[in-house]
Amino acid sequence: MTENTKNETADFREDYPKFKPEMKYTHKILVPDMLPVHFGIIVNLLKKDGWDIEVLHNSTRAVIDEGLKHVHNDTCFPALCVTGQFIDALKSGKYDVEHTAVMISQSGGGCRASNYIPLIRKALKAEFPKVPVISLNFAGLEKDSGFPMNAKTLFKLAFAIFYGDTIMSLYNQTKPYEVKSGSADEAREKCVKIVGDAFDRGGYRKYKKIIRLMLERFAKVEQRKESKVKVGIVGEIYVKYSPLGNSHLEEFLLSEGCEPVVPALMDFVMYCAVNNVNDAKYYNKKSFATLLFHIVYKYLHRVQVKIIKLTEKYGFEPLHDFEHLRRCADKVINQGVKMGEGWLIPAEMAALAETGTDNIVCAQPFGCLPNHIAGKGTIRTLKAMYEYENIVAIDYDPSATKVNQENRIKLMLATARENLQAAEKEQK
Amino acid sequence: MTKFMGIDVGSTTVKVCVLSDAFEILYTSYERHFARVKECVLNQLSIVEEKFGEGLFRVCITGSAGLGLAERSGVPFVQEVQAAFTAIRKYYPDADAAVELGGEDAKIIFITGGTEQRMNGSCAGGTGAFIDQMATLLNTTVDEMDKMSLEAEKIYPIASRCGVFAKSDIQPLLNQGARKEDIAASIFQAVVDQTVSGLAQGRRIKGKVLFLGGPLYFIKGLRKAFQTTLGLDDQHAVFPENAPCFMSIGAALYAQNVEEMPLAETIKRIRDVQSQDNIVTGQPLFESVVEYDAFVARHKASDLQFEDIKTYSGPAYLGIDSGSTTTKLVLITPDCKLLYEHYQSNNGQPLDIVLERLKEIYALSQGRIKIAGAATTGYGEDLIKAAIKADFGIVETVAHFKAAVYFNPKVDFIIDIGGQDIKCFKIKNGAIDSIMLNEACSSGCGSFIQTFAKAMGMEIDAFSKLGLFAKHPVELGSRCTVFMNSSVKQAQKEGASVEDISAGLSSSIVKNAIYKVIRAKTPDELGQNILVQGGTFLNDAVLRSFEIETGKQVVRPGIAGLMGAFGAALYAKENVAGESSAITAEELKYFTYTSKSHICKGCTSHCNVNVIGFSDGRKFISGNKCEKGAGLKPHSDELDIYSYKYSRLLASVQEKEKGAKEKPRRGRVGLPLALGFYEQLPLWAGFFEECGFTVVLSEQSSRQLYFKGQHTVASDTVCYPAKLTHGHIESLLDQGVDFIFYPCESYNLDEHDSTNHYNCPVVAYYPELLKANNERLNNANFIMPYLDLNDEKSTVRALKKALSAYKLSSAAIRKGLKEGFVRLQSYYADIARKGEEILAGARKQGLPIVVLAGRPYHIDPEINHGIGKLLTSLNVAVLSEDSVFQKGKNVLLNVLNQWTYHARLYRAAEYVSEQQDVNLVQLVSFGCGIDAITTDELRSILESRGKLYTQIKIDEINNLGVVKIRLRSMLAAVEEQKRQRERV
Repeated sequence: MTENTKNETADFREDYPKFKPEMKYTHKILVPDMLPVHFGIIVNLLKKDGWDIEVLHNSTRAVIDEGLKHVHNDTCFPALCVTGQFIDALKSGKYDVEHTAVMISQSGGGCRASNYIPLIRKALKAEFPKVPVISLNFAGLEKDSGFPMNAKTLFKLAFAIFYGDTIMSLYNQTKPYEVKSGSADEAREKCVKIVGDAFDRGGYRKYKKIIRLMLERFAKVEQRKESKVKVGIVGEIYVKYSPLGNSHLEEFLLSEGCEPVVPALMDFVMYCAVNNVNDAKYYNKKSFATLLFHIVYKYLHRVQVKIIKLTEKYGFEPLHDFEHLRRCADKVINQGVKMGEGWLIPAEMAALAETGTDNIVCAQPFGCLPNHIAGKGTIRTLKAMYEYENIVAIDYDPSATKVNQENRIKLMLATARENLQAAEKEQK
Repeated sequence: MTKFMGIDVGSTTVKVCVLSDAFEILYTSYERHFARVKECVLNQLSIVEEKFGEGLFRVCITGSAGLGLAERSGVPFVQEVQAAFTAIRKYYPDADAAVELGGEDAKIIFITGGTEQRMNGSCAGGTGAFIDQMATLLNTTVDEMDKMSLEAEKIYPIASRCGVFAKSDIQPLLNQGARKEDIAASIFQAVVDQTVSGLAQGRRIKGKVLFLGGPLYFIKGLRKAFQTTLGLDDQHAVFPENAPCFMSIGAALYAQNVEEMPLAETIKRIRDVQSQDNIVTGQPLFESVVEYDAFVARHKASDLQFEDIKTYSGPAYLGIDSGSTTTKLVLITPDCKLLYEHYQSNNGQPLDIVLERLKEIYALSQGRIKIAGAATTGYGEDLIKAAIKADFGIVETVAHFKAAVYFNPKVDFIIDIGGQDIKCFKIKNGAIDSIMLNEACSSGCGSFIQTFAKAMGMEIDAFSKLGLFAKHPVELGSRCTVFMNSSVKQAQKEGASVEDISAGLSSSIVKNAIYKVIRAKTPDELGQNILVQGGTFLNDAVLRSFEIETGKQVVRPGIAGLMGAFGAALYAKENVAGESSAITAEELKYFTYTSKSHICKGCTSHCNVNVIGFSDGRKFISGNKCEKGAGLKPHSDELDIYSYKYSRLLASVQEKEKGAKEKPRRGRVGLPLALGFYEQLPLWAGFFEECGFTVVLSEQSSRQLYFKGQHTVASDTVCYPAKLTHGHIESLLDQGVDFIFYPCESYNLDEHDSTNHYNCPVVAYYPELLKANNERLNNANFIMPYLDLNDEKSTVRALKKALSAYKLSSAAIRKGLKEGFVRLQSYYADIARKGEEILAGARKQGLPIVVLAGRPYHIDPEINHGIGKLLTSLNVAVLSEDSVFQKGKNVLLNVLNQWTYHARLYRAAEYVSEQQDVNLVQLVSFGCGIDAITTDELRSILESRGKLYTQIKIDEINNLGVVKIRLRSMLAAVEEQKRQRERV
């Protein structure tokens, strides 16, 4: 046999622009629009650290069209949206393409999402050969183009996420019930400012104080006493949060008189950390990182529990306790399902049901691989566990029309309203 | 006295119902709206006004197209499934379930045993629109199709998930002369299967079932198919008299909850609805008539010259292109003047058309013309060639290339948009360099305009001309026809005019071709000398859209629709030697044929073989995948590693039968012959046999097996290999095994040639889905430990725990694993050895060699549909990715190389790129998200070293017609490259 025993290597890599640390001072960094509140906070804090960074908000049809042109047909929708948003922005003439970079997060899991970076590089190559693609990851990938990370920045990011989650959750709990139109929005803006100031002054780690300020601010919003249909949003991370990805799902639910319940982004961060710990437990994949992830997880969880306690004190519905989510997962699926959003999706669906949100939109890109199993595949189990569980799985796709999606959501809402009415009757 | 009114605006029809205050049905109506939703609703309302006069009504709108109307008029809306549910509870309180098929939606409502309402997802065949599309394909009406279906004798398997797939199943059946009656019934059966698998998803439809919606009311064949499949007797299958209007009745009932309003006010509100301006529009195709005339004049320049068949005498060359939907004939003189041309839709049997036209040619020429050479091409190439004894049959890509070169010798890019498919070829150094064909999700092509024109009640010519001067063509996206349908629906909802939609369709077909089929990033990638052809380009709106989108002026021959036939005629002219064998006028007079079909029992493929008997005693056999079906001696599988691997894999069970008998049997373990087991079966068979279990395999895959597990499929967009797994589980349960073993493996075996060594998410975690969706499975009979086989310690621990009921010691497990790995290594070694053998054998015989690169489970004949056999029948030796990748170098890639099986693909490509006589064909399962990444990377590896890249997408469709064209085109290109190398 002529086996390749010499371990020769053939290099098929094409050259691409790398992101060098000194570009911090020469380049503007563009970030896709995913979580409006969170990304707003993060961008602000990075700006204070000297980065020239901007969240994109372009969301016209041209974004999708650019995506369609530059990304393979069968690639998932988030890759298409993100690529489209970058290219549309770079084409707008607003940016000096000689001194602009784009940035995207990379999880490094077994899902094809880990390949977004190469896909975006390929897409940019033809028209913007000098624009580097920066990888924001914690797995040591893309060493020649990674976003420089240190413990301090990590800390800041973690707190930014906690604050973003809290603002998002409080806003969703007050907006549907506000007496004076716009008062919840005012509270949201004020809270964003509180966080901004905290990062400015360096007091961002005093989270108890900051969270309390937020709770107080939202408690001031005058609310009507009425019961509305609560609808949870779970699913693939991008379409779950990004208004561009999910055709403005939160707004749609608000316009239908519902209260959207959107689980925290921090859950996803902790999910990634726990997966590392689980790998060690399941498969002896122990390393220095395992210990680190374990410590980080413990720390984050401690903060989370305290935020939950505070939130309850002010009479708001808190975000999920991650240990509770893990217990919820165990009832439905094994925590070994760790690709994409994996076990987090059924965990969130179960946790939502246990905290009074039976109605759920499970959002995923068309043909999303992990979601076949962790999303659609678990619905039957969940329905057997919770009597009123009312889940609709929606596929997002560049050509799936809003009519089609909204009609299916409306069907879910019709059932939800009936359940709500029946529950109210029972109470009387 | 307030009355109740429900208005149901569906994708194709408007239904109105009026109820009295005591809920008696006073009036119902049903009308097609041809996309003019508002007008149609207003017309219906005026009839109601006439009948019932002014007065107070409680009105509710429902239906997919009614959403926008309701929103903007402020008339209350109720979701249609909810409306149906309301009516069911009122009129059929004892129903257990309801099935409703609409124009573009399908729904199921489960009433007893946990209420649940379901609708089809976004990828949806199996609806009224699908049936309409199929009727168009059969060139008949839905009514006729229904009548025919009742005369059916047999059912063919047809994919209904996607109209495109269904067409590719049906077209060959038509071309082979299968009975239309059988096809009609098969189409209805496909709709039923789609509903059961796509919607019921694990829940059985049983008890008293209501059938609602237009199609189920009007189409008896469809009713019959549902009743038979669900096993319902007449007491349990209920077809309400008012089924078509059922939703509107529900909406009227629902209107109890809304405020009453004078009828005149409702009418006014609907009349006042303005179309909103939030649809995206593009530039007009032509600003003025002058511009259009100049465009027409420019393209006139590329017309052929004519010669009168009634006066010409001498030799002539015949070319026939028997396409999937149309048949094309040309007859040319030796100096390429056109004597005769014909273009016609296949109304079923293309052979009849050809015979009729030949008779006409002979009659017109009155003996002056002699057919000196004839060639056939296209889907029906073999059949027509056999029937008329043509001199040559050529691959259609070669025919098109020949014709294109005639018009522009420098041509470097050809794009052909026909009725059913889009074909593009790049030309390099005088040979076809790469071929791109459309697939299911890039399927927008010519027949879509046709189907759509019909739905609008127009002829295609008139419809497409409307678009030429449209002011604001709508943007409809660029994807598959089903999606485009819903984009059109959206545009209609927003009030776009028919003109704008027509122009939008033309441009979306072009965009689909450029960005999705060719996958060009910039127009310059196409080439400098572009030639466009195919019937669809005769449509000026499409041609113009193409020029606008590419920014290039292109050549469109006047015979754009006949290029295949013209190319065939040219080929005959250039290559004929001696007398032509083509059928003579005399022979033609007495020529007849018969058509019969049967299932070949030669092997497990069970091909549907069609036999056409000619009056001179010759036979033509089609539908067979190998020589057995044609009654010939089967060719040997010697050079097909796919056949070898399959039997070698199965042989890894019970290798130690004798030795094992001495040990106490611990029980019967079932291993499903699916997904990861196509690689790891030797390991697990070795493990369990060593540990004293009897290993039971699920039966071999088949369409029947798929249907057996279909009701537990949870996600209708998952790949076919995964869907088949459900059948394998049922098979094992039926064999009464003690338990089924199916591990979850995030990580595959590390072959040390990639950044990571994951399994794809579906392969890794499918057991979770199986267990959650099959009510027969539980913790005791379905064991699915989480394993990483690279780490012995944790694997032993996990297996010990998972198999605790059988009390295996750690030592026994370690011993079992050791035996398993021995068997796995010996399996690997045998594949590598066989690969060497095939390579050497093929080289000795000078045969072309193809590495058919896929995944381990692609060796399942039900998944690869016998492509290996097809290749060997074309005299090609077949290797697999895992028989050669060890010989390839390690690779550094542009993408993240992190899946074990996919890493093999890259190395196999590296190996192939260094071998002059080996080419690579990639097998891709439809719905494989990871291959969206690997295909582009494999292409770039191969092309960077001057090799051809060919991709074959496979799904549950069982027809290799398109695959054969693709493979033959590739072989023709390889031949041409070889000739050029030899010349140099």
